[in-house]
Amino acid sequence: MQFLDSLITHILPLGYQLSIPIALAAIAATISERLGVINLGIEGQMLVGAFAAVVGSHLTGSPVIGILFGMIAGGVFGLLHVTVCVKLRSNQAVCGVAINLLALGLTDFLTTLIWGTKISALVTRLPNVTVPLLERIPIAGVFFRNQTVFFYLLPLIVAAAYIFFYKTRWGLRVMAIGHNPQAALSAGINVVKYRYVGLMIAGVLAGLGGAYLSVAFNNAFVSDMVAGRGFMGIASNIFGGWNPLGSFLASFLFAFAQSLRYYVAGAVVPTQITQMLPYAITLIVLIAVKKRSRAPEAMGVLE
Amino acid sequence: MGYAVQMKGITKSFPGVLANDGIDFAVEENEIHCLLGENGCGKSTLMNVLFGIHKQEAGEILIKDKKSTITNTKEAHDAGIGMVHQHFMLVNPMTALDNIMLGKEPIGLFLDRQVARREISAMIEKYGFQIDLDASVSELAVGIKQRMEIVKILYRGADIIIMDEPTAVLTPQEVQELFKILTGLKADGKTIIFITHKLEETMAISDRVTVLRGGKKVKTVVTAQSSEKELARYMVGYDVNFDLERPPVECGDILLEVRNVQLLPNARHSVSFEIRKGEILGIAGVDGNGQQELEEMIMGVRKAPKGGSIIVNGSDITGTTTKFRKAYGMGHIPSDRYKSAMVKDFSVRENYMLGFQDHADLNTYGFIKHKVLAAFSQAQIKKYNVVVSSDESSIGTLSGGNQQKVIISRELGHDPDVVIVAQPTRGLDIGAIEFVHSTLIDLRRQGKAVLLISVELTEIMTLSDRIAVLCGGEIMDSFENSRDVTREQLGLLMAGKAVGGSYGEE
Repeated sequence: MQFLDSLITHILPLGYQLSIPIALAAIAATISERLGVINLGIEGQMLVGAFAAVVGSHLTGSPVIGILFGMIAGGVFGLLHVTVCVKLRSNQAVCGVAINLLALGLTDFLTTLIWGTKISALVTRLPNVTVPLLERIPIAGVFFRNQTVFFYLLPLIVAAAYIFFYKTRWGLRVMAIGHNPQAALSAGINVVKYRYVGLMIAGVLAGLGGAYLSVAFNNAFVSDMVAGRGFMGIASNIFGGWNPLGSFLASFLFAFAQSLRYYVAGAVVPTQITQMLPYAITLIVLIAVKKRSRAPEAMGVLE
Repeated sequence: MGYAVQMKGITKSFPGVLANDGIDFAVEENEIHCLLGENGCGKSTLMNVLFGIHKQEAGEILIKDKKSTITNTKEAHDAGIGMVHQHFMLVNPMTALDNIMLGKEPIGLFLDRQVARREISAMIEKYGFQIDLDASVSELAVGIKQRMEIVKILYRGADIIIMDEPTAVLTPQEVQELFKILTGLKADGKTIIFITHKLEETMAISDRVTVLRGGKKVKTVVTAQSSEKELARYMVGYDVNFDLERPPVECGDILLEVRNVQLLPNARHSVSFEIRKGEILGIAGVDGNGQQELEEMIMGVRKAPKGGSIIVNGSDITGTTTKFRKAYGMGHIPSDRYKSAMVKDFSVRENYMLGFQDHADLNTYGFIKHKVLAAFSQAQIKKYNVVVSSDESSIGTLSGGNQQKVIISRELGHDPDVVIVAQPTRGLDIGAIEFVHSTLIDLRRQGKAVLLISVELTEIMTLSDRIAVLCGGEIMDSFENSRDVTREQLGLLMAGKAVGGSYGEE
């Protein structure tokens, strides 16, 4: 009973919070890969997003402007990726890795330049909100008490992405491009334009995920603070079947396993077992869930 | 009657090649006009210029008497031109409906499939296309996919339809269906440009023909006033001998025996046959029905499944390597010339070593005997009339016909008993085809056993002593080749319809 209680009041909300940046990265990956572009640079796009958000908040005192900074920085790095991959036709995987290294070096350098250390000064954090009335719901009220705006923003983004992919003609075109860009081209679709716009939106979402980490979940920038969440997002996207909803659920599963670790620790179970939990759960689910969705057939292929 | 398309003095060159040299090409409204020519004669370049994919250096294009400004596919669609490509432009995991409306979906914030479905269904009904709009493309037969491509461009409002080598992938029956469809479209007022290198088709379907050769226009003629022979002469520039003599040869002992080889995992019957000395066995069938598996299993490139055996000269060679088989007297002219028969960037001479690099003639303790190799390569080049400036230039710079000559002369240079020949004339021009055919007839005279795998029915019917038809990885039927064998008969078997007689057994 006590476990069930802490499950609802602590583990689930924390899991959800942890899933926000991963889910945003996952949707960014879904958009990229549905357009046939492998985007390993999401990690780096998140990192510059996190950094720019702190700079924005530091300069203006407004975390909201900081988040805008983060989104713009992510979008610019998305533009860099698409330009190098699509226009200059370099290898997409190599380009992604290069973007990550560039982001890591650049943010470290600029942090040291501005603050003289590898950690930024503390900045104003995005205030948490409490939804009146809903917070009074027994048990589930915890989801509406003292949470970040991202908490409510994420489902909206997931829903918007889902509707875009499955209910609009632009979504249909994006999927066609990922499966067979030649066919899309012959159907009169401007494939290059779609890739530019899509990869920039993916960058903006990744930047938003980074900004969440630095000015909503925390209130400072630390070197390499994204810590693999971008890659977890890419994995969630694949695991979720290149589908925004699946991406989100997969991200939540990863994050839930992480949050479970914090709370199960100290109970009767040895810590080694609890530390293993996230990975074990991931493995079991991966085995149990058969591949339902088809990967974009022309991933990494320009035409 | 007015002109649908007029191209005047079109010139387009690529580095080192003058692909189109002042070509005049005019298509009247509501006709079926064949654009006939060999590979590399400039057909595709001309069409790419029409589509705005390439920009001509000289000349002008009028579409329905208006100067064309097309620079991309969408503008071509807007001008009423649509093209059915040889390689279908379809998105496999999506449904037929989604594929057809892709790029021209009904306007609105949300996708309204019902609107598109109504319009497309009406169109399918009108022309009798029979397409299941809810099937995903990967489930559809090749003929249906082609019809989908036609619907796709009709849906975009095209009234000038370009078909790029549309029959390459079809069975004879499917070709007949396609011709019916094209005739129907013509009756509906559409103009059709039909790109091909096949003479029979040109005669069967077109109202007029324009023949291209070497980047120049040779002539435009009214089909009914011309003949296959005349068109062939325009196409290659000299009189072509169509009648190949196949002198009777005394068949000897069995040289190659294939026993119970399972070609495709889901085929119900395995395949068995034998070929005697001095015999050509032709394997007919639509591409992708186990031909490549058969070819590769016999040569040991692909492992034959358990239970089957391959016997050459009386010895079972089933588990042996390809290298062993080649040394044991098996020659192989692969279907995929570029992938499996040559290394494009290597010199012609180096390519003469490929597959025989471990031959004692060609190396000592791993060191190549360059002198012997050079002598061999130069002798073969001479004997087979390969057109090449030096045997040290890379094979990639040769024409398809000359590449094939190198491969044939390499394989035959080691005097094999059994020769596996797959799609030997794919992509070759008429002159090279003549050469390949006479070489095969010559092999037969020399008492080799030849397995000829080909999707070209004419080729199978002119060269083979016996014919077996492959469908779904099974031999539908096999029989002696004679004048009584018809294309229709073969076509039915190729489509998997048994017409009586023995089944899968020799």
